[in-house]
Amino acid sequence: MTTIEVRLSGFGGQGLITAGIILAEAAILDGKNAVQSQSYGPEARGGASKAEVIISDGDIDYPKVGEADVFLAMSQAACDKYAKALRPSGILIVDTDHVKNVPAFSGKTYSVPITQIAVRETGREIVANIVALGVLVGLTGLVSREALETAVLDRVPPKTKDLNKQALAAGFAAAEEILGKEGE
Amino acid sequence: MANDRRAQLLSGNEACVRGALAAGVRFFAGYPITPSTEIAEGLAAALPKVGGTFIQMEDEIASMGAVIGASVAGAKAMTATSGPGFSLKQENIGFAAMAEVPCVIVDVQRYGPSTGLPTSPAQGDIMQARWGTHGDHPVIALMPSSVRETFDLTVEAFNLAEELRTPVILLLDEIVGHMRERVELPPDEEVHVVNRTKPVEGPETFQPYKPGPNLVPPMPAFGDGYHFHVTGLAHDESGFPTGRGQDADRLVRRLHAKIENRQPELARAEEWQLEDAQIVVVAAGSVARSARAAVREARERGIKAGLLRPITAWPFPEKAVREAARRAAPMIVAELNLGQIVREVERVSCGETKIVPLNRLDAELITPAEILERIQEVAAHVG
Repeated sequence: MTTIEVRLSGFGGQGLITAGIILAEAAILDGKNAVQSQSYGPEARGGASKAEVIISDGDIDYPKVGEADVFLAMSQAACDKYAKALRPSGILIVDTDHVKNVPAFSGKTYSVPITQIAVRETGREIVANIVALGVLVGLTGLVSREALETAVLDRVPPKTKDLNKQALAAGFAAAEEILGKEGE
Repeated sequence: MANDRRAQLLSGNEACVRGALAAGVRFFAGYPITPSTEIAEGLAAALPKVGGTFIQMEDEIASMGAVIGASVAGAKAMTATSGPGFSLKQENIGFAAMAEVPCVIVDVQRYGPSTGLPTSPAQGDIMQARWGTHGDHPVIALMPSSVRETFDLTVEAFNLAEELRTPVILLLDEIVGHMRERVELPPDEEVHVVNRTKPVEGPETFQPYKPGPNLVPPMPAFGDGYHFHVTGLAHDESGFPTGRGQDADRLVRRLHAKIENRQPELARAEEWQLEDAQIVVVAAGSVARSARAAVREARERGIKAGLLRPITAWPFPEKAVREAARRAAPMIVAELNLGQIVREVERVSCGETKIVPLNRLDAELITPAEILERIQEVAAHVG
């Protein structure tokens, strides 16, 4: 039985809980089991926000993530707090627009200007969470790209479908570029 | 696991909304409070589409009053809240128990006392569910530990409320309420739904509080043509207060008996890996998920552990706990409070076995590792 634990953390308002929900829905579309949980402060925006997703072929009892296999950090505070809670062989993805000090880590680290890509490719910072999902899935293959796209389009408001599709494509492209360079 | 679109990702609160709709809820009144707000949101969107009514009231006291009024008018009615609001609803919950008004109260427990930590989990309302309103009153409180079970127990809460004419409490905790998991819900036609029994006799001879064979009086709705008085004062079968002690005695004993008679099937616990267990973990709600993981892990390490999970907090599953205690296996009682379920376990087990509480109060879910560690400590003594 394989179980993958993912943590997404940043500021409230970045849409990371939505991103966690979409990732879990994509896993279900792929025929897997998934649990998503979250923690957040009482503020609507600006406070710390964390979403956790567990994807498994089997039952999932404990719904929280201890040591993550994959951690996406979209704020310095989140990165400082949770980089330690990564498996030694895990994957750390940081948004370089928000994380300036990337901690040394025994696993794999990817530094990606996620928010900048969102602004550059779509003109809208608000879809940085969807760009992040494209990057994360592009780099890790946690769920299929088709399932992720379906899950994104199912979850977002109808008028924003094109915008989110664009954001997801930009995330996938960024991941391909990184993996392409690694392959050189 | 099949990849079909019946499987969906739902939170416990969303499953509660679906369960209420499947059970036939037609009225919700409440005052939004974290971590229960998604239940109000979901029903605000859904109820108007099925001819139901959603009212955001001025506070929790009024919303409980509105729920009682709607139920007496014939609607399946509910409210949802968290600890601070649950405290405020208590007086009217007592009224519903005394006047035998079917209704469902959802309490998504958060960290207390008082406003506490609004977005953090706890299981501190187990005793409040039992004794929050004053006087001797019977209570049914259900405690799901998964999203699917939240759906099922919401339906059951309505069924029991309607059948037994009593308030029923659904005790979620922040984790079960907010956690989303993969779930497949049954189609509506497969959901067993119970409706309240209406009187057979005509309005002329009708005695509103004359019990039927199951000790529950048949209940007309206001507007059905029956005239009846609904009061929190002790009353006789006419529904009017008499001020006589013996009438009050008969009434309050019947209120208890109608639920106690159902206790054997009503008081339920899940027993998992208990047959040969040398150590029993007692845990409910979200904590039971950690307990199950810990028991799994302990078994892999050769320790015969088992899980006893109360599904009904009230009536407490006394029989299951007593039988486990008689087998003299030590019991670890894990809960997100300073010790509430453990009091019942101690009471029921009458000193027949060792009881080890495991409590966490820093607003985080007890982990499987913590429970496993306690199992190993206890096993070292048993071995």
